[in-house]
Parts: sequence; C-alpha cells; structure tokens
Amino acid sequence: MPKIKAPVRTPHIDMTPMVDLFSVLLIFLLLTASFRPSEVKPIEAPTSVSEKQAPDNDIMTILISKDSLIFFNIDNGKDTSTHFRSKLLQKMGEQYKITFTPAELNRFGKMAAFGMPIKDVKSWINASESKDRDLLQIGVPTDSTDNQLAWWVRLARLTNPGAEVALKADAETPYMTVKKVMDLLQENKVNKFNLVTNLMKEEVTLKDLPPKQ
Amino acid sequence: MAELIVEEKGKKGGKRRPKKHSTRIDMTPMVDLMCLLITFFMLTTAFSKPKVMVITMPEKDKKEDPKNAPKISAERTLNILLTGEDVVYYYMGIADPKKPPLPTLVKTDFSKDGIRKILLIKNRDLFTRIAEYRDQRITGKLVVADTTADNEIKKMKKEDKKGPIVLIKADSKAKYKDIVNIIDEMAICNIASYAIVDLSPVELEMIKNAPK
Repeated sequence: MPKIKAPVRTPHIDMTPMVDLFSVLLIFLLLTASFRPSEVKPIEAPTSVSEKQAPDNDIMTILISKDSLIFFNIDNGKDTSTHFRSKLLQKMGEQYKITFTPAELNRFGKMAAFGMPIKDVKSWINASESKDRDLLQIGVPTDSTDNQLAWWVRLARLTNPGAEVALKADAETPYMTVKKVMDLLQENKVNKFNLVTNLMKEEVTLKDLPPKQ
Repeated sequence: MAELIVEEKGKKGGKRRPKKHSTRIDMTPMVDLMCLLITFFMLTTAFSKPKVMVITMPEKDKKEDPKNAPKISAERTLNILLTGEDVVYYYMGIADPKKPPLPTLVKTDFSKDGIRKILLIKNRDLFTRIAEYRDQRITGKLVVADTTADNEIKKMKKEDKKGPIVLIKADSKAKYKDIVNIIDEMAICNIASYAIVDLSPVELEMIKNAPK
C-alpha cells in the first residue's frame, strides 16, 4: 500500500505575541535606563552592612574614580521646575565670566555627572557625539590655585541649601584623595556625608563573642 | 493574543487527507510568563537602590583651642592604623614621644578573627547589652517600634562608659575601602565612639618600625 504523503506545509509561527512581548521589554529597558544615571567611569563602590537607602532627590554627588578623577553631579530637586542644575551653571558662569545661552543652560539641566574644567563645560554641552563628550571628562580641577570643585560645591550649596552630599568613590581609590574632598566639603560646612556603598550582609551575634579569659 | 486553530477541510473533492496538526505554537503562556518576569524584575530593581553609610564629622573650627579639645582617657583609647594591603595595626593608649616607652603596634587584618575580635573583646559590655536587646525583639519578648528600639540603642551607646574610644588613622597608602571597612566594623561591633583622625609623626615612625 502506497504511503499517503502529507502535503508539505511551511510551518509559520504567528509572531504577534512575541512582538508584543518585545515591545514591552523594550519599553521596560528604556524606562530603567533613564532611571540609572549614566556613569562617566565605572565606579565600584565598597561594601558595607548599612541598609540605609540613598535619598532620591536633593542630593549632590561627588564621584571619585579609581585613578582619582573627580566628577560632580547634582539633581534638579524634587520639583523639577526648580531647575537647580541650570541655576548652578549660570552662577558658575558668572563666577568664571563665561556666558551660557538659555538653550545651553536648559540642555545642561537634563545632563548627568560631569568632570571637566569650567572652560570645557560649554563644548561638553554642545558636543553632538557621546564619544566627544566622554573625551572631555577629565575630572574637575581641585588644585589649590584654581579649586573649581570648591566653587561647584559652594554654589551648589547656595542654589539648593537642602541638598545632602553623597560621596561615591571606588573601593581602590587612595584614601588621601577622598580625604582631600572631605576636607574641602568640611570647609564648606558640610559635615555629614553619605558614603555610597553596596550592601553585604554580615551579622555578629552573641555566639561570636570571644569567651572571657 | 490567543490564536484560533482552524482545522483545514479538504478542498479537492473526495480526496481524503490525514488529520493535520497545526504547526503553530500558541505563545500565550510564554507571554504570560514573561509578563510575570517583567513585573518581578521591575519590583526587585526598585529595591536595589544604592545604599549609603552616613558619617558625621566634627565641625572644623579654625580657632581651635587645644585646651578645649575633648579629653579622652588613655586606657580606653584604641588606635587603629590603616596602611593599605589589608593590614591593620592597633595599639592601646596614647603614643607620646615625651613619655617613653612607645606602645608597640600589633598587626592584624580585616578578617573575622582579626580586628573584629579585638573590638568585640574591648566592647564586650555594650555589645552584649545591645545584642541581648535585639534578641529580645527578635524572639518577641519585647515588642517595640523600630524607632523606639533605635533610640534605645542610641541611648545605650551614649551612656556607655566602658567601651573603647576608637581613633581611626590612615596613612597615604590606605585605600578608600579600608576606611569604609573599618567604619563598617564599628557598626558591626556597636562601638559607641569612634573618630577619623590624622596620623601623628610619632605614629608614622611606629608604622615604619612595625613588625612586617
């Protein structure tokens, strides 16, 4: 008996649900990407047992990379209409006799952490490619003759007096660099620091207590 | 999303065909699963925000009067010297070049049996009290709000008169993580009073001559 051949049909899979899925994933990724601040340099924070969460708004972040480059970041505050970033840049411009156009100020308001001498901020804002922008990130100067970080901190304190200071340094950063930044902050009446760390649970109970001799 | 599987009917008159199974795969369960996964990830990422460790430094007063400097008893003072490479030196008391002999440095590390053991021994009294208080809360013998408990622990730390006063000093070779690690140890061992201070020249000399 001859075999009955099943006609060959091209198996086609309906892709619509998959498309749905990927669009959802894409939206999700896009949303999370905007939450995470784009980092200038990878900074591996040290670990601690602290479970306190970093505040969402009103935070001034000083980032210190492994090679002791210093970057600065400040948010726009809880109410975005306050435009702390733009105001800060304007004040900084007045300090260093650099005029920024309203468009530049506005654009700066939406950007993230930066680290460059004030004279390069303009070209950083206007750089069209992210590659060019990253090349400008050479750290905020902190020399004693022209301590621009001190001015950023001072003016940021004036712009947003409620801002807390967070210090995010790489675990391998020399302590002296961190100390220099902390001293500078203390000169600007910042005595409370939030050191950004990664959580690593560790518990010591009464059992771990060494016996009495 | 779900798809209707239409059974094909023979078109060519009379010819019988074997029953065909649709090759189409219903993706609905997969989509459901993915939705769950996405919800899960969205919830967890919201929790993994960066954690912070708060330290408050004493205000720097320009017109500092050495007479007004806080007096700390020598027998309670525990000095911790950090010099990088996972090495921790410590000594008790005060190193004063005018009053020889200088205390000898003891070398230890950041491990469980290293500096933590020393801190726990020195801070036994306070640590036991705080740990017992916490245990009571965990076992349910004591029911208090978190803030009340925090305040109670703070009070215990404030009233403690036996525990060590830890002075943390770091030299130029120390890394940032050493400082964070040691402050972390303070939190783990419930040390009531500690401060980050500068190294004195005598101590620098002591590190140089310290056992390797």
